[in-house]
Amino acid sequence: MTRDTATKPRSFQEIILRLQAYWAEQGCAVMQPYDMEVGAGTFHPATTLRSLGSKPWAAAYVQPSRRPTDGRYGENPNRLQHYYQYQVLIKPSPPDLQALYLGSLQAIGIDMALHDIRFVEDDWESPTLGAWGLGWEVWCDGMEVSQFTYFQQVGGHDCHPVSGELTYGLERLAMYVLGIDHVMDMPYNDPQTPIALSYGDVFRQTEQEYSRWNFDVADTEVLLRHFEEAEAECARILEAPHHDPKTGKRIVMAHPAYDQCIKASHIFNLLDARGVISVTERQAYIGRVRTLAKACADAFVLTEAGGHVAEAAE
Amino acid sequence: MPDLLIELFSEEIPARMQARACDDLKKRMTDGLVEAGLTYASAAAFSTPRRLALTVEGLLAESPTVREERKGPKVGAPDKAIEGFLRGAGVSRDDLEERETPKGAVYFATITKPGRPAAEIVAEVLEEVIRNFPWPKSMRWGAGSLRWVRPLHSVICLLSDEAGAEVVPFEIDGIRAGDVTRGHRFMAPDAFSVVSYEDYAAKLKRAHVVLDAQERADHIWNDATNAAFSQGLEVVEDKGLLAEVAGLVEWPVVLMGEIGADFLGLPPEVLQTSMKEHQKFFSVKNPKTGRIEKFITVANRETADNGATILAGNQKVLSARLSDAKFFWENDLRAVADAGLEGMAAPLAQVTFHNKLGSQAERIARIAALAREIAPMVGADADAAELAAKVAKADLSSEMVYEFPELQGIMGRYYAMEAGLSQPVADACRDHYSPLGPSDDVPVEPVSVAVALADKLDTLTGFWAIDEKPTGSKDPFALRRAALGVIRLVLENDLAIELEVVLASAFGPQTAEFLDSAAKSADAKAKVSAVMEVEGSQITYGAKEAILFDLLSFVHDRLKVFLRDQGIRHDVIDACVAMPGSDDLALLVKRAQALQGFLDTSDGENLLQGFKRANNILTQAEEKDGVEYSFGGDVKFAEEAEEKALFSALDAAEPKIKAALERQDFEAAMSALAGLRGAVDGFFEAVQVNAENEVLRRNRLNLLSSIRTACLSVADLARIEG
Repeated sequence: MTRDTATKPRSFQEIILRLQAYWAEQGCAVMQPYDMEVGAGTFHPATTLRSLGSKPWAAAYVQPSRRPTDGRYGENPNRLQHYYQYQVLIKPSPPDLQALYLGSLQAIGIDMALHDIRFVEDDWESPTLGAWGLGWEVWCDGMEVSQFTYFQQVGGHDCHPVSGELTYGLERLAMYVLGIDHVMDMPYNDPQTPIALSYGDVFRQTEQEYSRWNFDVADTEVLLRHFEEAEAECARILEAPHHDPKTGKRIVMAHPAYDQCIKASHIFNLLDARGVISVTERQAYIGRVRTLAKACADAFVLTEAGGHVAEAAE
Repeated sequence: MPDLLIELFSEEIPARMQARACDDLKKRMTDGLVEAGLTYASAAAFSTPRRLALTVEGLLAESPTVREERKGPKVGAPDKAIEGFLRGAGVSRDDLEERETPKGAVYFATITKPGRPAAEIVAEVLEEVIRNFPWPKSMRWGAGSLRWVRPLHSVICLLSDEAGAEVVPFEIDGIRAGDVTRGHRFMAPDAFSVVSYEDYAAKLKRAHVVLDAQERADHIWNDATNAAFSQGLEVVEDKGLLAEVAGLVEWPVVLMGEIGADFLGLPPEVLQTSMKEHQKFFSVKNPKTGRIEKFITVANRETADNGATILAGNQKVLSARLSDAKFFWENDLRAVADAGLEGMAAPLAQVTFHNKLGSQAERIARIAALAREIAPMVGADADAAELAAKVAKADLSSEMVYEFPELQGIMGRYYAMEAGLSQPVADACRDHYSPLGPSDDVPVEPVSVAVALADKLDTLTGFWAIDEKPTGSKDPFALRRAALGVIRLVLENDLAIELEVVLASAFGPQTAEFLDSAAKSADAKAKVSAVMEVEGSQITYGAKEAILFDLLSFVHDRLKVFLRDQGIRHDVIDACVAMPGSDDLALLVKRAQALQGFLDTSDGENLLQGFKRANNILTQAEEKDGVEYSFGGDVKFAEEAEEKALFSALDAAEPKIKAALERQDFEAAMSALAGLRGAVDGFFEAVQVNAENEVLRRNRLNLLSSIRTACLSVADLARIEG
């Protein structure tokens, strides 16, 4: 590689490119974002589903993430309703994962000799995914730059072997590395190029549009109906017999069912932003999504990728 | 005698778990060694973010040989029995010894357990300790099955003496013990080997690791206070934070930084909380202004630029955090300016307090009505108390308290002042949660007292009504704390409050409604009627009475615990609780204090005996005769001088006791009662109560009854033990 880690990156995209190159070099499959709306990189099936079962796995990818309640019409210096996470998942977690992670910080221009990097206890739990793990938030000079988790359970299943998961909040990390105070001022591409674009040039307008829609315009009745439909469809998919009459093969549809789970989860987030979910209802909705996630996990471990060994009779 | 060194080197151990882990490692390891016969001279355990270490000095080189004698079957017993014994004892037939006992000849076996080398025992105990370590939360990693707080990387297990050091052969889940460790993650990452604890601690220090958490904490505190002092400032002490920060670094470096001028106008509590919770910074105060002007952060390394980059980064993060806090503060102030505190409280109608006790808004309405009722009893203005109760929890829906729940009340006070409410109302917002514990300050300002009492009484009656009482160690709604709060508020402010009346009105319409519906369900009906037997009245009405009765006994029980700590005997309290008006806690305590003082005197002690004697005689006679001797005696039927003396002593004492009790002067009442002692003693010495002459006997019984009545008017002396 001709990557120059001694120099500081100059743009948001350069930081992403360096992370991609670094993790590719460490042997990860560099994947693309999942093509659905999700709240965090963890929802990508490359993490949620692939952390289940016994098969080794190593993937890294950027995941656009949406958190409707965090919308601030593009005005807050570091809050966005749409942002990017960089996600790494390696199963089984390698013994030198901390060192590999620190290497990635060096790759994006953080000089270990000048900065104070700390691993501060932060246990991770996703009630919607029925998942938890132990790990840290990683601090660089007092700022949280990543989440580092050893998955213990996902979708109600104990993880054997354990996956190591790294999540970088890309905008925040990049702002720190580039020395930017307001996210909208951050150079998106190289500021020296003829058509230099800032993060604001790319996203300020969409932040405004989505903030308005998320908070005030989204049709809650339609959303409520979509939630119910996704929930029903997920259950219906999973009820289908494993044997496909058309091909004569055993096809467990874990991924299509999981898509419906993701959809329900995102619709719940939208409903939450619209303020139509009361405190008591909240728990009930989270529980309904968790039920879907668990059912999908149950299905995934019955698939080949989930470690299921085909029986001779099939 | 060898020394033992153990190091368990892992990824970062949560700071809050380190101290406990040190204790557990030391205790479990040394207990295991001693149990296996290896005694030792001394032991100490240490922790850093990445390691737990244990040194044990003066360990036995091997466990002592143990001989044990075992009694077997009788000589001539069946072969099967003898063989079974041989198998169990692990000896052969030739090893058996025949011995005569009173029951005949019996086989004896002597079992010798040879001593084992320390290394063997250490390895066994260490494996046991690692596999069963009581981490609050532990995890697996990679493809292994071992559990530890975070992935375990290496183990030092070393026995050393004058001859040198030897690694204890030990392996756990693929990790083989050695004599190698690593220094600071960034400043000295290379591996090095050690030969003893002294060598280990010294080499670690050279490798930028301070092994002892206390030494790190002392270092941080010294450097922090010096840095502040040199600028005329002082560090706000926070022992919990200091311990936590000492658990986050192996090589502490103290850096002091500026808080941006924009943020100095934030309330100091906001600055302190935000810096502590999010950044683990210490606050640095200017003693002249009382304002927090700087912060101290503790880095985990030295740098070529003396921490300049690190400090700049921390300052930047702090600015972002405080911008958030300022944003919340300004939004909250704007909300208060627009709609007042009651407007701020409006969303609480949507917040559930408890699904059977309604929303926060409904709860607040109940508290407000109650605070208004309590106000005159505590010398507070009723309107002010009601208003304070209505707004005291408004800050629960402020943005700041949403972000920092621990600022509840404190923010309420600021927002109340901003809304132009009076100082007593504003203070009540902050103080109505108090007292939170047995040593917490108790509010004294009448408006605060009224709201604090109303808040706690509503909690108690509410949870009592829905039958969510504390059981054993479970008290999820902190009802014991609420009851203690009521007790301390009443006693420390010397309030005359009839608790029964106040508790009865604390049952809002909501609780009544709940009781009605509960009475309809079979389960609750059984529960209610069970309590009912105590009261024996009608169902719905009776349910409320029974619950009140039960709640008041709960408060009395808490009072007993509280007073026991102040040296008042439980039977003394029982004797006073049995008196009418014991729901007036301040009165109850005065009576109890006077009674305990009275019983400590010899007059009191003797009079108590006289009372008991009179009471026994009376009870027997009343049982036998089937009548109650309550008419009072007549002095004209008195024969003996001692009898006449008692009549006149009683005549003298009775009005004094009555008058003293009327002005609630229990000491005077009891000292008047004590005046009866001589006459009572004289009476029992000289006078035969059960005289032949029935007129004499009845008159004497009636006289004793008057004595009993006089005693019982002061306290229920029958409940006093001894």
